[in-house]
Amino acid sequence: MSQATLNVRRISGHAGTAPGAGVEREEQVCKLVDTTTCIGCKACEVACLEWNGYSFRDTVFQNSYQTMPETAWNYWNLIKFNEHERDDGSMMLLMRKDQCMHCAEPGCLAACPADGAIVQYTNGIVDFQQDHCIGCGYCVSGCPFNIPKFNQHTKKMFKCTLCSDRVNEGLEPACIKSCPTGCLHFGTKDDMKELAETRARQLREHSNFDKAGVYDPAGVGGTGVIYVLHDVTNPEAYGGLPSNPRIPWVVKFWKGPLKWIGNLAMIGGVIGVTLHYLRFGPKQVEADKHGDDRP
Amino acid sequence: MSASQVMPPAPSAHRRRTILRYTLSERVNHWIAGLTYVYCLVTGLAFWSPYLFWLAVVMGGGPASRFWHPWFGVVFVASVFWMYKVWRRDMLVTNADRNWEKAIRYYISNEDQNLPPIDRFNYGQKLYFWLIFYGAILLLVSGIGLWFVESIPWSLRWLRYLAVAVHVGAALITIGGFIIHVYMGTAMVRGGFTSIIRGEVSPEWAKTHHRLWYERVTGDTSRRE
Repeated sequence: MSQATLNVRRISGHAGTAPGAGVEREEQVCKLVDTTTCIGCKACEVACLEWNGYSFRDTVFQNSYQTMPETAWNYWNLIKFNEHERDDGSMMLLMRKDQCMHCAEPGCLAACPADGAIVQYTNGIVDFQQDHCIGCGYCVSGCPFNIPKFNQHTKKMFKCTLCSDRVNEGLEPACIKSCPTGCLHFGTKDDMKELAETRARQLREHSNFDKAGVYDPAGVGGTGVIYVLHDVTNPEAYGGLPSNPRIPWVVKFWKGPLKWIGNLAMIGGVIGVTLHYLRFGPKQVEADKHGDDRP
Repeated sequence: MSASQVMPPAPSAHRRRTILRYTLSERVNHWIAGLTYVYCLVTGLAFWSPYLFWLAVVMGGGPASRFWHPWFGVVFVASVFWMYKVWRRDMLVTNADRNWEKAIRYYISNEDQNLPPIDRFNYGQKLYFWLIFYGAILLLVSGIGLWFVESIPWSLRWLRYLAVAVHVGAALITIGGFIIHVYMGTAMVRGGFTSIIRGEVSPEWAKTHHRLWYERVTGDTSRRE
């Protein structure tokens, strides 16, 4: 992508500062998904496939509306259908468009060892660069939303790009264009937050959803995809949306303190044996001292 | 050919008798383990730190390193299991080793005359063997988890995290042992490196470092000094 290095905030697996970080300032982009007006038509799924050039995958019958269990390397956008029983015994079908959340603090990027394989642009989009991906799968362990998926044939990881190619040209992501109910919105993070809060207030005040709210989890620094939920206190009901997503502490420990401990131990080991040699020298066998030390 | 066999005189200028310390298959296997371990070490260090990712470039690029790392790892573990099969009895810690361990400071300071006699392997070698054996098992099991990470269901994702932690932890511990092993085998214990290449040691070497083994394989119990 042209001038990509000027639009970068963070890149994965890079020794030192990301080139171009902080050079340009951009608005944070954000996708708003209003689950309360989603009708589960899957038009966004079709638009995603069409724009990115993939075809439909085989579907499975799971005794529900859900015909695919989760996103796949070539299926980045999937509506999760969940039958939910309300307190009064009535049934609700909760529908949530699942895709990469474009975290402000991406766990995938933290875990990735390959230089430049995962990039966070200045506008907040987190993108995989398959040219640099080595296919190790560490991003799978780093992601708190179970999003990166592996292509067995090309040995590369894939996920939703938030249509970075379209956004770069000033267009909305493909899914946004296709939504017939207008439950999908795209704009700056500030605008989307305001719109989402307005909608949540409307739900609380006029539609009897006392717990309606906006899902923008702080544990990952906020996300580039935010949801309006009927019940923001129970995001798990929406197909396992984590209530407090964070980069797994093991990943943080591994990429933080353990790196220092390990490096110091390895360097210390090499220094240690060198000092031992300088202090005590080699072990010689008496008879060998006269000539060579070979038997 | 068994290890407890005295070699016929080598047709060398010295015409000195040597003792067979490692059979050909032991040596071949040691170097299969050694080379595969070094490959995994170098590529693994590339994945460990961005400051070392250039190692992956040296080894043929990131994707190639990632592709071969687990396969070399499997060969390494297989080779370690072969060592277990062949050496496990030699590697059991005995009372002689415990006495030796109590005097290990003399070994470190090269005052070997103060050490009690030991058999084919000393306590440090045995420790290293078991460290690599259990380390290899941990690296294999956790490595399979990292290799097929998507096969671990999301509901059991703690296993994904555990695999990362165990693989990194076990790798670091084996690296610690490996540094000492390479140092001792090449620089510190002269004659050790030759023995794992050519298989032979001099009677003096055997007597100095592994007296009980020397006596066992030669039947020579006449103590010097």
